[in-house]
Amino acid sequence: MTLYLLCFLLFLVGLYGVLTRRNLIKIVIGLSFMEFSIFLLLVLIGYVKGGEAPILQPGMPATGFVDPLPQAMVLTAIVIGLATNAMLLAIAIRLYKKYGTFDIRKINQLKG
Amino acid sequence: MQGMSIIVKKVAQLLSGLIFMYGIYIITHGHLTPGGGFAGGAILAGSLILLVLAFGSDVMRLQKREAGSSIMESAAILGFLLLAVAAIIAGAGIFFYNYLPKGQLFHLVSAGVIPLYNIMVGIEVAAALFTIFLALVIYKEELKQ
Amino acid sequence: MESFIPLFVILPLAAAFLIPIVGKFVSGFQMTLSNLVFLFLAAAGVWFLFDSNTEAVSYTVGGWEPVNGIPIAIYLVADGLSLIMLAIINTMAFLSGFYAISYLKQYTAPDNFYALLCLMVAGMNGVVLTGDLFNLYVFLEIAVIASYALVAFGTGKEELEASFKYQVLGGIASLLILFGVAMVYWKTRTLNIADAATLLKHSHDRTFHLFVQLLFITGFGLKGALIPFHAWLPDAHSSAPSPISAMLSGVLIKAIGIYCMIRIFFNMFILTEEFAVILTTLGALSMVLGALIAMVQNDMKRMFAYSSISQVGYIITGIGMGMIILARKGDQGIAALAIGGGLFHMINHAVFKGLLFLNAGAVEYENRTRNLDELGDLSTVMPVTYGTSLTASLSVSGIPPFNGFFSKLIIIIAAIQGHFYLLAALAVVVSIITLGYFLKFQKQAFFNVSRFFNKLKIKEVPFTMCFSMIVLAILCLVLSLLVFPGPRDLILTPAVEAVMNVKEYSTIITGI
Repeated sequence: MTLYLLCFLLFLVGLYGVLTRRNLIKIVIGLSFMEFSIFLLLVLIGYVKGGEAPILQPGMPATGFVDPLPQAMVLTAIVIGLATNAMLLAIAIRLYKKYGTFDIRKINQLKG
Repeated sequence: MQGMSIIVKKVAQLLSGLIFMYGIYIITHGHLTPGGGFAGGAILAGSLILLVLAFGSDVMRLQKREAGSSIMESAAILGFLLLAVAAIIAGAGIFFYNYLPKGQLFHLVSAGVIPLYNIMVGIEVAAALFTIFLALVIYKEELKQ
Repeated sequence: MESFIPLFVILPLAAAFLIPIVGKFVSGFQMTLSNLVFLFLAAAGVWFLFDSNTEAVSYTVGGWEPVNGIPIAIYLVADGLSLIMLAIINTMAFLSGFYAISYLKQYTAPDNFYALLCLMVAGMNGVVLTGDLFNLYVFLEIAVIASYALVAFGTGKEELEASFKYQVLGGIASLLILFGVAMVYWKTRTLNIADAATLLKHSHDRTFHLFVQLLFITGFGLKGALIPFHAWLPDAHSSAPSPISAMLSGVLIKAIGIYCMIRIFFNMFILTEEFAVILTTLGALSMVLGALIAMVQNDMKRMFAYSSISQVGYIITGIGMGMIILARKGDQGIAALAIGGGLFHMINHAVFKGLLFLNAGAVEYENRTRNLDELGDLSTVMPVTYGTSLTASLSVSGIPPFNGFFSKLIIIIAAIQGHFYLLAALAVVVSIITLGYFLKFQKQAFFNVSRFFNKLKIKEVPFTMCFSMIVLAILCLVLSLLVFPGPRDLILTPAVEAVMNVKEYSTIITGI
């Protein structure tokens, strides 16, 4: 249970970072924190104590294996996370080029 | 972007081939061992990025390379899609059907279409990561000017 | 029909990756290919919608049959609701893509534009077709990542800032949705929506249900811009190129916000009254506040963006009322009326809000500004834009005989029959406010003589832009036919059935 709570704590740390930091790059890092906390949670969901890699041969009982589905999900989610992070960083660099700063208080053309 | 010292260049040159080989190994054994297309592709991209970092390059050449790798990326995705669509024809109208013979367990040529998918994913990930890296470097270089 | 389903994802995806390769060597390839693909898919979508023989079908990706009645493959499901969404998405994609042929002359890199548009359409088609929770997340991310890039397409200061804001909030929303998916998987050990529904029915863990439902409503609420989560929408929708604004406002927030909400809350969870009340409150709040903020805007695209929030509020209010009635085990007929009104308004909103954004794009294309104070007297020089925007404005404000009137009327009738008198009154008042700010838009853009105005240089926009606007304006009139029993039974009733009848959805997938 502690591990699950720690995952949730990591999620909250990331959310805190996104909400309070003023630097574009730090916001991106905060988002990554949130992302990885959920990946950890997913892997934990599939974990079985003492479980093995699920390679099933005919005639074997299907017990004592870890759940492979969350692992596949985490891999897919990592790829998606990579795409979003690359996109965010590219936009952050473009913003730096236009404004000459990473400070979101100075990047305020729009009212919201 | 400037290159680094002669020691770094030489070591990078020696290592990058090995790293590239390792990436290919990971990709081709994706259906047998942990790893597969994404992990192997990331390693391939790593070896390419290592070379660019060590030797440096001017913006023009970087842009040319970026165009090449982005074409490569699109082509790999199209190949993946083609394999999946080929299943519609080969597998009586089922998308993503594994239509090749499965072969024996733990052999290199087995598991039907999965190794082919892995190779396509590997090329795609390598090209995509390399493109992202080059795009970010090009932005930075343009920023300097 | 069955073998057609994966084509809705395959074709735009293939087009998206062919364009960067072939488009480098053949000029004009990007427009031709993507518009042909969209036209074909739109025709297929509309045909399936009108073909009364079409039944709800599922498609098993990879050919993995269920084991012991437990579905293990990814299923693509096309029921009434999905078919409506498919028709809207692909029709709007075709019209926006066709409009963009002329519009894109202001920008460079049309290859990237059309590739990203194809990718976005592929993602949305996937979202509305899939019957698998994680697959839904993946397609949703494909659609929104493409839309992040498209919002920043102009690469000016405002576009980049809007895109960054959109990405941060959208990223948080995606993570909350993934969190919710993980929680559902933890509880049920399945990702199939129908399978999860049968398993969740037997669990009585109220805390768990409420927690997951809150995760999903926050996530999809952020994507669909309900009012406490709306901060990104006006910026993103007003900064994007106009055809993309039409796609974002007309289709994207419905496909990844409202559609996912309906699918997950009706077809997966057990309906609970307190949750339905939360949803309806959010809808009513969006409806009122969106309209009030839209009234004070001077930038026309921002005005339309806030108006989108308000109209999405109508849709959610209609559907939420249906949810409350169903949760109380009240009259099924009234619930069907409320949900049907919501879905009807969803179709109508895609048409008229898409048209309004295309009009705004046409005005901006000729005048280089979208500030209402600097515009004026365009009614004589841009007759097509004027006529179509008048149609759309009357439609969105609910003036008969346009389609917006009938859908709002159905929602209001359902509210009165279900004894939600406050909501009915609010809907009427907001409709009047909407008329107010759209009259302001009409007066300032098309009649008011402005001193900045140089009439000589301005002429009507090119043919492709006119064509899309005229088609949408005709649709504004034609769609009001949906209120009559014949077309209604053909199109709206199957969708309402699909939403209300949970058992049928799982029957399509498991075949039991």
